[in-house]
Amino acid sequence: MTDDPRTMLETALREIVPDASLDGLDGGADLRETFELDSLDVVELVERLGKRAGFRIEDDDADQLRTVDSATAFLARRARAARH
Amino acid sequence: MPSLGADMEQGVLVEWLVKVGDPVHRGDVVAVVETPKSTVEVECFETGTVEELLVSEGERVPVGQALARLGDGAVAAAPPPDASGSPDASGSPEAARSTTAGAPPPTTAPAPRPRPLSPVLRHRARELGVDPVTVHGTGRDGALTRHDVEAAASRPRHRLRVSPLARRLAAQEGVDLDTLTGTGAEGSIRADDVRRAGRHTTPSGRVHPPVSTAPRPAAAAPTSDMRRSIAALMTVSNRDIPHYHLTLTVDLQRGLVWMRERNRELDMAERLVPAALLLAATARAVRSVPELNGHWVDDGFRPAADVDLGLILSLRSGGLLVPAIAGADRLTVDETMARIRELTRRARAGRLRGSDLVQPSITVSNLGDQGVDSVLGVIYPPQVALVGFGAVGDRPWAVDGMLGVRPLVTVSLAGDHRASDGATGSRLLRTIDRLLQTPEEL
Repeated sequence: MTDDPRTMLETALREIVPDASLDGLDGGADLRETFELDSLDVVELVERLGKRAGFRIEDDDADQLRTVDSATAFLARRARAARH
Repeated sequence: MPSLGADMEQGVLVEWLVKVGDPVHRGDVVAVVETPKSTVEVECFETGTVEELLVSEGERVPVGQALARLGDGAVAAAPPPDASGSPDASGSPEAARSTTAGAPPPTTAPAPRPRPLSPVLRHRARELGVDPVTVHGTGRDGALTRHDVEAAASRPRHRLRVSPLARRLAAQEGVDLDTLTGTGAEGSIRADDVRRAGRHTTPSGRVHPPVSTAPRPAAAAPTSDMRRSIAALMTVSNRDIPHYHLTLTVDLQRGLVWMRERNRELDMAERLVPAALLLAATARAVRSVPELNGHWVDDGFRPAADVDLGLILSLRSGGLLVPAIAGADRLTVDETMARIRELTRRARAGRLRGSDLVQPSITVSNLGDQGVDSVLGVIYPPQVALVGFGAVGDRPWAVDGMLGVRPLVTVSLAGDHRASDGATGSRLLRTIDRLLQTPEEL
């Protein structure tokens, strides 16, 4: 059983930025700016999320991981698609 | 005491990770050294048994001084011996000093290889949540075995191995050793682990600052040490080097299309970022323009035999580190990416190795990640050139007489006018451009 998308996102983020917290963060806030992620961090985030979620996230999907809202929506959508 | 940067004159031996009687292998991390810029794990360049530790923890010693004696009489933790690799190459402190006094790194002395990790083992490590970088390998050439990974995963249940300094610190700061997870060899608890535990009230950044502790003479705050060191080096650069600057805009369309396709084939953990492409192209271009690859020493240019590409990494806590990718011109894009990943991880964890800090023959600044258009760099003396990349972004661009939108990047060169002229610099930038148009050949 996997975590809910928000928990998954927060856990993966913390593995890169140890003190990262989504608490009180605006759903539309840019994750890269908020947590000062560089391109390498983003690739790592994609990798860790994919591992947790159990599916492969392509480069082209990385844009969907820009904000908390778009990332959780993306993860939920992909998880649903994987179940069917 | 190895030279861990052009401007390093001395270092503090913070902690021994081996003791008398321990067998050590070439490439093993044996000690932790603090330089003005960072804490560095120093590797052993010989194989043997530790016979005597010549420097005690907390002691400040000059670059070139022997740190320990090994069973066969070789000096441990000295700079890598010459390419000849003869077992007695680093016999005396004098010999050690002569190889580090600002001279370019030995020609073919390989930096200890990143530990090879089979896909199966990598998978197992991930499954168990073990970071292979922190695990001590007991296999051939320090390679990790399945047992190492599994032992690391079950570490807390093992009996405690604690370094002497860590034990002392723990007593001083009232840290319970049983609650710690060791990051040293075979899960041993190191002073750093205790410091981290004793410091959990301070907000944790991603970088563990080298915190100085009781046994040593009081030092200024680590960040300001790093700041001072950058200040000194950059001041020398601006005072002594007559810089010239050139820029060229490069169309990255082909490069990025190629990269996207390649990424579809790669494991998620091995995916490329544009920086890998840019660095691989730069390293190859530099090989064909040797006038920019080397050092200005004693009023003359000394070309370097290899392209050891310095990579400027900015730290979240401020400041920067410049580890090097040795022999970068011989690496594929995939291999370059792997090196960038390792160096970034280690630099951010405050755990660079001595072999990561060889004197680069040229340096690259990839400030594009910070969103700026271009970099007009300041050269790291005694190097004679610095290549900078701005952000990759979609811009209007004329293609076949039509206006199109293309991903563009501005590549720049800061050149030392004592060593080269603008025409030479132009050749480098044009070569980088040309190489980026055929990424499949990199």
